[in-house]
Amino acid sequence: MSWAEQLDARSCVLLRLGDRRFALAADQVSELVAPSRMFRFAHRTPGIDGVILRRGRVVPVCDVAEKLTGKRLTSRRYYLVSRRRNEGTTDWIALPVSGDCELIQADLTPAGPSDSPHVAAWLSHAGEVIEVLNLGALTPGMEPVDSGEGRAPIAEAHA
Amino acid sequence: MRFTPMHKTPAARTEQIILFRSSSQIFAISSCSVQEVRSVDSLAGASIEIDDVTVPKVRHVLKRGERSVYVVNAALHFGLRPSPAALIFILRKTRVGLLIDGIEKMTTMARLQALSPAFCHEERVWYRGLTVLDQNVIPVVNPQGFLTEQELRQLDATAGALLEAEAANSSEVELTP
Repeated sequence: MSWAEQLDARSCVLLRLGDRRFALAADQVSELVAPSRMFRFAHRTPGIDGVILRRGRVVPVCDVAEKLTGKRLTSRRYYLVSRRRNEGTTDWIALPVSGDCELIQADLTPAGPSDSPHVAAWLSHAGEVIEVLNLGALTPGMEPVDSGEGRAPIAEAHA
Repeated sequence: MRFTPMHKTPAARTEQIILFRSSSQIFAISSCSVQEVRSVDSLAGASIEIDDVTVPKVRHVLKRGERSVYVVNAALHFGLRPSPAALIFILRKTRVGLLIDGIEKMTTMARLQALSPAFCHEERVWYRGLTVLDQNVIPVVNPQGFLTEQELRQLDATAGALLEAEAANSSEVELTP
């Protein structure tokens, strides 16, 4: 049973992207940090701006605002560092947000078949109906990776 | 009385790396992967120009005995703006020469972090992972990731035809009185 099916009052973090608010299950949120230096290197994955260093870990920065609101964020107030779980592994991704975040307790309504894949559930808060995000559908790399035909396997790290 | 320690703390494993520049970006490569560093100038006359539209990042081939070594332009490989290259790394255990702008320094890395699963395209083949040096994140390139088997086969075919044509031309020249 996925967490979206376990419908009861849940802790969620409300986040602001431009003039809209979205929510993430609180257990997917690791921390909220002030924007720090972003490192960029050559890659081909759309949607990843670069990486930040957080507690010795390299965390990709993924701006989901364009997908959700149609506009890129003009100002980044914080990075919401979120956990993604996939087949027993956990990785972290930093979502730039444009305003303060808020921890709330809310009843969730499951997403329907006609909802977009990025919607895990819905919640109602302060007269507003808010999408609870499914990070796996919104950020890259949660599907099986195609390593390319004829490629030699990547050598394991020695260090 | 002295006790023999039951467990020894293993020494941290480190790896010598070369930091190099291509199109103003810094990359790292294990120094074990680099067999030879040559100046671009030293290759004048030693390489054959190759123009295979399917592998535009390769413009030169070096003959090393029976082997053809293909010179990959690092900037084009990584999709960066072309820049004036000065050095070539001849890579060990591959048939790749890597055209780069210059060497920054040699150093040691103590930790290689796997690329996050969020990176899900060619970079997974390009890089062994990421390392952090002086609070900078540096991608560590995978020496096997510059040319696919398919690209090598294609280049072998093109280079073979070129070399045959060159041999035919030189024999014609010899026959001319």
